[in-house]
Amino acid sequence: MIVDLETSTVRELNAALHRLESADETWTVKNPRGAHALAVGLNAPVRVEIMGHAGYYCAGMNQLATVIVEGNCGVGVAENMMSGLVHVKGNASQSAGATSHGGLLIIEGDAAARCGISMKGVDIVVKGSVGHMSAFMGQAGNLVVCGDAGDALGDSIYEARLFVRGRVASLGADCVEKEMRPEHVEWLGEMLERTGCNAKPQEFRRYGSARNLYNFHIDHASSY
Amino acid sequence: MCGIVGLFLKNPEYEQDLGRMFGPMLETMCGRGPDSAGFAIYNGTAPEGFIKASLQHSDIDYDWGSLVKRLEARLGGSVTSSVKATHLLLTAPADEPTLRAAIVELAPEVTIMSVGRRIQIMKETGTPQEVVEQFGVREMTGTHAIGHTRMATESAVSTAGSHPFSTGMDLCLVHNGSLSNHNRLRENLKRDGIEFRTDNDSEVAAGYLTWRLRQGMSLKEALEAGLKDLDGFFTFAVGTAAGFAVLRDPIACKPAVMAETEDYVAMASEYRSLASLPGIESAKLWEPEPAVVYSWEKE
Repeated sequence: MIVDLETSTVRELNAALHRLESADETWTVKNPRGAHALAVGLNAPVRVEIMGHAGYYCAGMNQLATVIVEGNCGVGVAENMMSGLVHVKGNASQSAGATSHGGLLIIEGDAAARCGISMKGVDIVVKGSVGHMSAFMGQAGNLVVCGDAGDALGDSIYEARLFVRGRVASLGADCVEKEMRPEHVEWLGEMLERTGCNAKPQEFRRYGSARNLYNFHIDHASSY
Repeated sequence: MCGIVGLFLKNPEYEQDLGRMFGPMLETMCGRGPDSAGFAIYNGTAPEGFIKASLQHSDIDYDWGSLVKRLEARLGGSVTSSVKATHLLLTAPADEPTLRAAIVELAPEVTIMSVGRRIQIMKETGTPQEVVEQFGVREMTGTHAIGHTRMATESAVSTAGSHPFSTGMDLCLVHNGSLSNHNRLRENLKRDGIEFRTDNDSEVAAGYLTWRLRQGMSLKEALEAGLKDLDGFFTFAVGTAAGFAVLRDPIACKPAVMAETEDYVAMASEYRSLASLPGIESAKLWEPEPAVVYSWEKE
């Protein structure tokens, strides 16, 4: 099925996608021209190919579906994803994968600030670099960055795991470097292979929570 | 919210099409700012000894003809002018202080939107579509333009509170965001001779740049100094007689996307506004880094 947004509205596209139950359908979206809220709230294992740049909240709340964006994405791609795959062939703007519970988000280029903010179980693989405050308050899941990370990586992080191959500008409050144990190397190696990254898992460093800010403690008042 | 757009042509062949390219960019940002819109357009330089100005009066039937005659008598030379909706665009034989003083004396009820050798600012309340239509943006020519669609948060919905703001020759600024230290900064700048016409925070940012440029700083240096002195959220697009610049605050809450081809540089709050530009499919697209000044200058 081909939907051309020159002649159809985003609302018509999303309503049609919401009615789908079949697993083997592929939908192609032409002329997205940066429109917001493309392919949001999907709840079937369909494949949606967006042939150009997408606007805000593309593939938000995704469940089961595979959404491929042949371009860049605006703010909040795959925000609150539950399962499925979102694959951005270009760059992503801020808050990519925000609050996502599950599934896999692959970004071939860079992701801007706050990538994986408040992530709750999603796996995010960024082949380029991420901006400042990425994985802020990350609760669960994995953020893999093949390039560099901006300032305050993992600020106020809970149990999300962060793997960065390049330089980290600075770590946020309560985020520390941790040992890459064999199980991390193994998991990361499989994820890099699955997502088509050329990098080796041994090239990455792991970061996570020092677990000092979980509960309010008066001695840490200045760090909250 | 608020939407901002900018278009800076590198290829002179596109100058005849500036309005046709820029108008849809502004209209597309209606969703981010439906209550008023405005733009600054930079076209032909006023002849030596002459200056351009944009004046506004809320009465669509205001007697501009009479004002032009009185200006000609006062300045002792011919004034060319054209009426665009609520605005009068004029070129007069004067320098900046002389022209400003003459207008303030002859027509204190008129608002001076811009003065410069190249700049002309037009802005009004209403949707961006209405503003583009009433000023005939699509027919305009020039080298660069910046524009703004407003969703007011800091001050009233009014023509005066609309962007762009100009506080000095050929300089203008559009702003998406809000400044938190504008009251104190406005008082400090007033003491150094910068004049303000509204209580709007964005006008303070324009005044700040004017002040820094008067000190001899380049536009890039002035914006870099602004990173220290301006507190708040901002994405700025700034125009000067020959230049165009973009700056986001270090937190970068407010969106911006840029596109560059061999023919132009464009910026907008959202990619949607760039989607209609020629050659956008193959343009270099990127999101400006926080606290990094991006600037271009005509050679």
